[in-house]
Amino acid sequence: MIYKGNVWKFGDNIDTDIIIPARYLAHTDPKTLGEHCMEPISPDFSKKVKKGDIIVAGANFGCGSSREHAPIAISALGIPVVIAKSFARIFYRNAFNKGLALIEADVYDLAEEGDEIEIDVFSGTIKIKGNTVKAKPIPPFMMELIEAGGLINYLKKKLEEKK
Amino acid sequence: MGMTITEKILADHSGRSFVEPGEIIDARVDIVLANDITAPLSLEEFEKVGAKGVFDNERVVFVLDHFTPNKDVISAENCKKIREFSKKHQIKHFYEGGNCGIEHALLPEQGIVVPGDVVIGADSHTCTYGALGAFATGMGSTDITYAMVTGNIWFKVPESIKFLCYGKWQKWVTGKDLILHIIGMIGVDGALYAAMEFDGEAISTLSMDSRMTVANMAIEAGAKNGIFKVDEKTISYIKERAKRPYKIFESDKDARYKQTIEIDVSKIGLKVACPHLPSNVVDVEGLKDIEIDQVVIGSCTNGRLEDLETAANILKGKKVASWVRCIIIPATPEIYRESIKRGFIEIFMEAGCIISPPTCGPCLGGHMGVLAKGERAIATTNRNFIGRMGHPESEVYLSGPAVAASSAIKGRIAHPEEVL
Repeated sequence: MIYKGNVWKFGDNIDTDIIIPARYLAHTDPKTLGEHCMEPISPDFSKKVKKGDIIVAGANFGCGSSREHAPIAISALGIPVVIAKSFARIFYRNAFNKGLALIEADVYDLAEEGDEIEIDVFSGTIKIKGNTVKAKPIPPFMMELIEAGGLINYLKKKLEEKK
Repeated sequence: MGMTITEKILADHSGRSFVEPGEIIDARVDIVLANDITAPLSLEEFEKVGAKGVFDNERVVFVLDHFTPNKDVISAENCKKIREFSKKHQIKHFYEGGNCGIEHALLPEQGIVVPGDVVIGADSHTCTYGALGAFATGMGSTDITYAMVTGNIWFKVPESIKFLCYGKWQKWVTGKDLILHIIGMIGVDGALYAAMEFDGEAISTLSMDSRMTVANMAIEAGAKNGIFKVDEKTISYIKERAKRPYKIFESDKDARYKQTIEIDVSKIGLKVACPHLPSNVVDVEGLKDIEIDQVVIGSCTNGRLEDLETAANILKGKKVASWVRCIIIPATPEIYRESIKRGFIEIFMEAGCIISPPTCGPCLGGHMGVLAKGERAIATTNRNFIGRMGHPESEVYLSGPAVAASSAIKGRIAHPEEVL
């Protein structure tokens, strides 16, 4: 799976209240959640971001609450992948469960906003401005889940087998 | 080779005699929890998988505590959906009306969670139950759906970090100050993916309410869970409440830790976390002339009886500063009732406080105390992220109940000695 897009840069500790403020959590439809993505620090983000763009962030991306609304909001804007130095653990599980790919790599200092970046999710190879950066591999168990089409499809299959 | 309490509970629930950090296991869960903002997504997924029912109607718990009493139509619709699901599937532990409290205060109090359990909740502060010697962690709605249907979930066994606490506690200092001190020291990702295990002579003198505060904020250091060993205090708390038999696990002497951090609690004073991270921790004495508009004393972190008692002792015979809104939120109906019996509510009302029904409300900027642009609050809650309690240009300072109550009187962040 290869994604190519332009970079949006965010710093360290981008928490779930930034990704989607709690006052919108009564909503479950992706479109509404996407409209308010990153609103507290970048009110126009949802208007400016383009389908296929990629988020590059610092450490501990997605810290805070367990709200699955956070990966839903990011995916709703057409962002297929987030590259960060590290991710908070609940967000990590949620993103994969919701089909948002997360890549652990340090390209923060290399990338500037708007740069074109290319990422091969399966091999973990990132290309930016002539540099090639190797990402931390996605854990084998997560890869199995991705290949099964996410946790819900995995569960569906399991239930059908039972029948 | 020995195991930690976290490893032992996970081994026990995955039918193994031994597990080690990094292993992926499939574990049985004792309790699966969701609330009014996370359950709707879980129920959508539940529909998608076409499951017929939940794995056990006595082990799936719904607590509608975040935007309740319903703040708007969409919140009301969400609660209706969960209510109908609960009726259909005869969910035993459904809390919405006069029996409803803040989930992480309610479940231990009602004996729904017991020592040795594996508990997962679609709420990051599910880690609170580690105070009872259970393994408890937050997950998202989809993982919760999986566990609701199967009674199992996968885990990566975490490494453990031991916090060995010794020394005598200073006056006023509680579990909140300890956990803020620790987060200030190790940072908001200082325990990323790890289990935080709290041990030592200073922990044995800590009340159950304070232990729950400490375990509650383990997530604020990025941890998977926070956990305490079971002692006489745990037993006396749980014995009248437990709805199920429980099992006590204890770390082996030769258990392996990623790190052991020793903490002399006698050196910890009253702490405040400044905007906009729970790790921006300073001593309260270091904050001069920080004027406030609002005080919130409540939440899954500090809305228990001990917290309200501390606040009442400070507010007794005093008045809240005229320009400050001081909102008191007893975390459960039992805490509320006991606060009336003990005269705390009378003290709060005499002081000019607002008494709220149990709700998470203002902690996450939902309702019942949202901040305007430029406003500043001090709260006994758990997060002070940008815009957490309302407008992106509002500010939240985090503290324990003693500092929050004293600040309400002064109209600025204050030490209890300034008002007593």
